[in-house]
Amino acid sequence: MSAIARKTLIKRPQPEVTPQLAREHGLSAEEYQRVLGFLGRTPSYTELGIVSVMWSEHCSYKSSRIHLGKLPTRTTARTRVIQGPGENAGVIDIGDGQAAVFKMESHNHPSFVEPFQGAATGVGGILRDVFTMGARPIANLNSLRFGRPDHPRTRHLVDGVVAGIGHYGNCIGVPTVGGEVQFHAAYDGNILVNAFTLGLARADRIFLGTASGLGNPVLYVGSKTGRDGIHGASLLASSEFEAGKEGHRPRVQVGDPFTEKLLLEACLELMAVPDLLIGIQDMGAAGLTSSSVEMAARAGSGIELDLDQVPLREDGMVPYEVMLSESQERMLMVVARGREAEALAIFEKWDLDCAVIGRVTDSGRIVLRAHDTTYVDLPIEPLSEGAKYDRPRSRPTYLDELQAFDPRTLPTPADLAAALLAVLGSPTVASKEWVYRQYDHMVQDGTVIRPGAADAAVVRVVAPDGRQKGLALAVDCPSRLCYLDPYEGARLTVAECARNLVCVGAQPLAVTDCLNFGNPEKPEIMWQFVECVRGLSDMCRELDIPVVSGNVSLYNETDGKAIYPTPTVGIVGLIDDLTARPPLTQGFQRAGDAIVLLGLMTDELGGSEFLEVVHGKVAGAVPRLNEALELTVQRLTLDAARAGLLQSAHDLSEGGLAIGLAECCLTGPTPIGARIQAATPLRADHWLFSEGASRIVVTVRPDDLPRLAELASDLGAPALTLGTVGGSSLSVELGPAGGARAVVVDVPLADLGAAFHRGFARVAE
Amino acid sequence: MNFAVVRFPGSNCDQDAVHAVVDVLGQPGGLAWHKDRELPPATDCVIVPGGFSYGDYLRAGAMAAQSPIMAAVRAFAERGGPVLGICNGYQILTEARLLEGALTRNASLKFVCKDVHVKVEGQGTPFSRGLAGRVLRMPIAHAEGRFVHPDLPAFERTGRVIFRYVSAAGALDDDANPNGSSAAIAGTCNAAGNVVGLMPHPERACETLLGSADGRALFDTVLGAFAAGGCA
Repeated sequence: MSAIARKTLIKRPQPEVTPQLAREHGLSAEEYQRVLGFLGRTPSYTELGIVSVMWSEHCSYKSSRIHLGKLPTRTTARTRVIQGPGENAGVIDIGDGQAAVFKMESHNHPSFVEPFQGAATGVGGILRDVFTMGARPIANLNSLRFGRPDHPRTRHLVDGVVAGIGHYGNCIGVPTVGGEVQFHAAYDGNILVNAFTLGLARADRIFLGTASGLGNPVLYVGSKTGRDGIHGASLLASSEFEAGKEGHRPRVQVGDPFTEKLLLEACLELMAVPDLLIGIQDMGAAGLTSSSVEMAARAGSGIELDLDQVPLREDGMVPYEVMLSESQERMLMVVARGREAEALAIFEKWDLDCAVIGRVTDSGRIVLRAHDTTYVDLPIEPLSEGAKYDRPRSRPTYLDELQAFDPRTLPTPADLAAALLAVLGSPTVASKEWVYRQYDHMVQDGTVIRPGAADAAVVRVVAPDGRQKGLALAVDCPSRLCYLDPYEGARLTVAECARNLVCVGAQPLAVTDCLNFGNPEKPEIMWQFVECVRGLSDMCRELDIPVVSGNVSLYNETDGKAIYPTPTVGIVGLIDDLTARPPLTQGFQRAGDAIVLLGLMTDELGGSEFLEVVHGKVAGAVPRLNEALELTVQRLTLDAARAGLLQSAHDLSEGGLAIGLAECCLTGPTPIGARIQAATPLRADHWLFSEGASRIVVTVRPDDLPRLAELASDLGAPALTLGTVGGSSLSVELGPAGGARAVVVDVPLADLGAAFHRGFARVAE
Repeated sequence: MNFAVVRFPGSNCDQDAVHAVVDVLGQPGGLAWHKDRELPPATDCVIVPGGFSYGDYLRAGAMAAQSPIMAAVRAFAERGGPVLGICNGYQILTEARLLEGALTRNASLKFVCKDVHVKVEGQGTPFSRGLAGRVLRMPIAHAEGRFVHPDLPAFERTGRVIFRYVSAAGALDDDANPNGSSAAIAGTCNAAGNVVGLMPHPERACETLLGSADGRALFDTVLGAFAAGGCA
């Protein structure tokens, strides 16, 4: 194809495999014994490399698998699942013959080592997972965790990660429409970069990662294979960090979004040709190894590859390196026998490297040859089955003390306005405009709700009949709450993320997750993991929404210090007709509208942003989540939105009601104040900053108040009128029922705006 | 009016441009492939869309300016055919020397995506005739959009500045200039006026559902000019 000489493999004696070498590859002594057992001989060096990556935590989910089985993954009354977990991405039916395809994945360690490329290739990887299923990616989100704002590395990491995400998404032309960013010392040595992609496909044209059909050719497409990313999955992603991790930098891959754009268009073109493509899988973590083994495993077939045919970036590579490279923007596919030329023509049109590198067999084995030598001859089944552990777990002893702390014993801050501004200006709460300005969030002409305007993003999907539907999407994880109470924290995570979608008027349909935890070999971490999975599972069942895809990222520790348990959740929901009912945003729309709280006022400050920012404490009992109340509040919001009663809706989360109101004041068409007057037995700081669950602030025209009250009473949902939109400050007047009221805060819009819009500057370059 | 949207490897606003002219305006239109040496037959208007042509690993637009299809675009422009370059398309047209000046790295050194306001001025072009004085709200999304020209005073005198970044009220002010462009220039035309380039994305601002329909004015104008027989 090119005039430049083809790069070739080098023939070199392979190192002898010893128990010591196996240990250096991350295999335990017991695991190595299992290899000797099923193989009946000592593995070759290349074979050892393959087994070690396939059995790595990252590829085999050996610590998590037995627990993930508890998640609800099947079709529910609400949602038809077309493809659940286990494939490259999950797929659900969204009506009209259309399917939503989505997944979330972590790229934590690479992003800490090299933030720009680490984050960029994280985006590239999740995009490939989605388009291998036959979907065109239509929106990206991301969930980021950084260390404390004043940590010396934080600015550098924020800058690199945001630039990397933007670089990849902007170039390939997929809008990054939202996400979340939080800061805490627990992530000082181990940031989190979780990338989410949503794609749109025809429900009857979903492609899977299977290598079936005896004799069908195996094609390699995309970038050439180089030495980058070798052992990314096994050593970088599956072990703890320690000081001096810069040595890991060569294990981070380098992304090329331009090549991926070509790959995307070429793959979608190939997929449109009837019966040409049999199976396809991205060469992501563990590259050619995992893609070939997993495709053969799913089909129950075998696979034979001629490594001399693999397009190489440099001379002098050996089979071991070719199989373990994590060079980006590569796909493995199986096409119908005799039709190779049709596929090759499409890739040639897009100037992509493509080669037939092997064929499907029925041997149940993976056989790799190069220069007339057999390097690998391994049975597929034990490779893909991997190890499976039920690791010991124990409840951390520190929890008793943390949970026993009663935040109500703390005094009310002398200056509540200053407390409000401090919370509003904390980088976790403050406007993320600095971030999303760097993301093209409008390409593809479908972004209906832009970042910062609402609790969820909304992108347009045009049905075959021309109807404009909306897909709403959000990611969320209140990590502090998951730390203080993993089970309740995970339930709150799912509830809050679903509530985000309800706030734009969308019905939540299905979940993807990205479970970030520390070292699972430590019983306390394993306990956190199991409790979080149980919480996710229970709340998904309550909401009747399945989990259709997900990712587990363990060993998020540096020098023995684990991150907060962070089970990030992404949810996709549907708005059936955007023209009939445009989605809601969070900002106050006009003076005179009534402000109504759907939900209850409580004094639950455990794990709150207020407690951390103002009192410097992460402690207390997390807010109680009453699932019946949650469902009722969500139902009321959706029904009222559909009835056209609501002018705005905003979920209350970090910072509670005070921050929720301030955000509503600042994010509408123009900033506008609010007058709040409430009768409450609560202390002022509790009323302002409690993070009680299941609460949404809505606005309605005064004329519509009676209809909203009627709807609320029909559903048995609490709805409390708080005040009125208008004025140039956020003023809150509180007092006991029947007693005298006093203004507890009256903060000018300009001060609110300054705190909200400048807060992020602390962490931005 | 037949629209041809040029598709380079790495174009990513090509389908958006097709969507705007075909789905929103109801005109016939399709893609022209970068390796082709001819535009589709009966092309009445060429759009060079946004994206990262050839990855933009050299200067933005530099590779695309050398591609086979650009010879056909140049010939079409020389015959007086209307050509609109949007974002990367504008960069490509300057690299191809169909438009003067250059688009350089934003003053902030960062990619910027947001709505901006531009005021229409300058000589009439098929895309702006009758719009002079209008303030249009359209999105930008670029890292290299800072317009520079080696002899700006002379260039200004030619009347070839068509769009300038302004505030919502239409005033020139530094806060309204998103990338540090010289004289807040957002879009320009060639001497004949038939080739126009701009950094903002009119094709993303054709439907109120997406936030603004102001960008439609450019397409409506070229349709009007074509209907009046005054386009080419």
